[in-house]
Amino acid sequence: MRIVRREHRVLVQGITGKQGTFWTERMQEYGTNVVGGVNPKKAGTEHCSVPVFGSAKEAMEAGGFDATVMFIPPLGVKAAALDAIEAGAKTIVCLTEHIPVQDVMYFMAAAREAGTAIIGPNTAGTATVGECFLGFMPAFNERIFKKGSVGVISRSGSLATLMCQNIVSAGFGQTAFLGIGGDPILGTTTRDALEALDAFEGTEAVVMVGEIGGSMEEDAAEYAATMDKPVVSFIAGGAAPPGKKMGHAGAIVMGDKGTYASKKKALEAAGVNVLATPSHVGDALKEAFGALKQAS
Amino acid sequence: MNFEEYAAKPILAAAGIAVPESILARDSDAAMKAAETLGLVVVKAQVPTGKRGKAGGIQLAKTPDEARAHAETILGMTIATHVVEKVLVEQCSDIAREFYAAVLNDPISKGPMVMFSTEGGMDIEEIAVETPEKLRKAAVDIREGFDLAAARALVDGLALDGAEEGVAETLVKLYAAYTANDAELLEINPLVLTGEGQVIALDCKFSLDDSGIKRQQEIAPNGTPDKLTGLEQRGEDLGIKYIELDGDVAVLANGAGLTMTTMDVVRHHGGDPANFCEIGGEAYTKATDGLKMVLDKPGVKSLVVNFCGAFARCDVMMDGILNAWDELKPDIPVFFSIAGTGDQVAIEMLKERMGLDPLPNMDAACKAAVDAAKGGA
Repeated sequence: MRIVRREHRVLVQGITGKQGTFWTERMQEYGTNVVGGVNPKKAGTEHCSVPVFGSAKEAMEAGGFDATVMFIPPLGVKAAALDAIEAGAKTIVCLTEHIPVQDVMYFMAAAREAGTAIIGPNTAGTATVGECFLGFMPAFNERIFKKGSVGVISRSGSLATLMCQNIVSAGFGQTAFLGIGGDPILGTTTRDALEALDAFEGTEAVVMVGEIGGSMEEDAAEYAATMDKPVVSFIAGGAAPPGKKMGHAGAIVMGDKGTYASKKKALEAAGVNVLATPSHVGDALKEAFGALKQAS
Repeated sequence: MNFEEYAAKPILAAAGIAVPESILARDSDAAMKAAETLGLVVVKAQVPTGKRGKAGGIQLAKTPDEARAHAETILGMTIATHVVEKVLVEQCSDIAREFYAAVLNDPISKGPMVMFSTEGGMDIEEIAVETPEKLRKAAVDIREGFDLAAARALVDGLALDGAEEGVAETLVKLYAAYTANDAELLEINPLVLTGEGQVIALDCKFSLDDSGIKRQQEIAPNGTPDKLTGLEQRGEDLGIKYIELDGDVAVLANGAGLTMTTMDVVRHHGGDPANFCEIGGEAYTKATDGLKMVLDKPGVKSLVVNFCGAFARCDVMMDGILNAWDELKPDIPVFFSIAGTGDQVAIEMLKERMGLDPLPNMDAACKAAVDAAKGGA
């Protein structure tokens, strides 16, 4: 996957809805290069000062776009995603929660073949600090996002918001945030996001917010072990009872799979600092950057 | 949502997979009558869990009287916390071989996975550990589907005593049933080769993708929803994710990740969370209902409200909380942590209407709530 930048042209599928409108305005104010929207019923009109197209394909023919962000209800996502993939989108940010899993698998197979990166589903989106954001992260809130050198990954938007605020109040800032989503099947995994941030200019450390369920954190730990940059992590759900879906469809512990203990162990073995609570992130970053300075 | 055997097998039958004749019985007389019709039968406990056989929930009955006696024993039995209220009385099959077959959502290949093993009758976890070499797997591109050629390739080289073609056909039908019904898991264990050379499904496990329920209205009523407490059911009806826990520190937060973390931090400071209650996402306008729910749990001694607005706006959630607070006037210490979209407005509202300031961060808010719960004990 690649991180969306200021110059990338962004399409908003579902731009005319209440949430689509509210967040398109916020994205535009922040600097996201929104070039159009999609709503088949309002094709030919203008909304949020950009043209509304009947499909992503029409948008591509009219002037093109690089990435798309979808404000689409669950049962409409498959068709919207296939439209964007066939149009040639390079990146799709899929915010919607509760999409039938077989629909997700369908458009992911199509995306894989076309070389389209999917971020999500069930994510708050992404933010490239000082440049643009896609989705509904409060990138414009200066107490939460400030230009700096920390890359942030999270399965949860609300927890990421908290973590980012803690990072800023400790005197640091971020390069980019990648929300990968809370579903069990995700287009971009924790490891994919970690690799992308490791390669992203200006990033000197990564804060990786995970949660119980699945094995993505264990998989990312393998990559973290090969990195020179420090990685700090918090895993949510240590106090959750087993066998229950904790709000996110992906956040469920089955037997000894997906447990807090398994993730903490794998991450610590890879040299990752696993935090007891999110409030410790500032101190952990100070320590990590202090160690880097001493080494250089 | 899980389906019990009696509700899952019709899904196989509709796809053209052979299943034994059976009758569902809710009392021992009905079980006896069913056995009179069916002859030699197996009486099987119907509960949404595995290991029924080991618990004594599956019994062979040679006569209708035996069927009645077994039903009497099995009905009312507790299997893995589930009380048996129904038995399936099923015609006995002449078993020559037992296989395993399943289709499931695979998060690694991000697509459907068809699985088959010649070693049926035990749990898949055991099959995977004890005879991994006999477990065949095929990752499927859901756009292309799974046809007879693919099924034949999957079982190629396995000695199935003449059942090769029947098994391959069954796998194709199983896959079709999986896609038609938005399954996250559809499993036949055991898939049996009978003495007469027929391939039939003796048991079936079906789990419906919760996100598919909306478009599976025909079958959805036959599923067995998770057992919920009264408060959890109220949450379900209101569209708020609520899970009841054993502690005394009530938790209200937005977003699954933040809510889980709030519970973790309460635990970290030596307290016990009373609940998981999330009003994030589309539910962020439901703070009033959310607050009422968390306060209605008996034995709650303090409350931590942790908002971190992104999509969910703190000001909207705070307004909901304050409305509920004015209405209920609860006598309980409450501690707030507020950040993100709409936080400044929310903080002003809190000051104006409750005369309170939020704590500097969630650790402080959780710790204060834990201390208050302990102090009040």
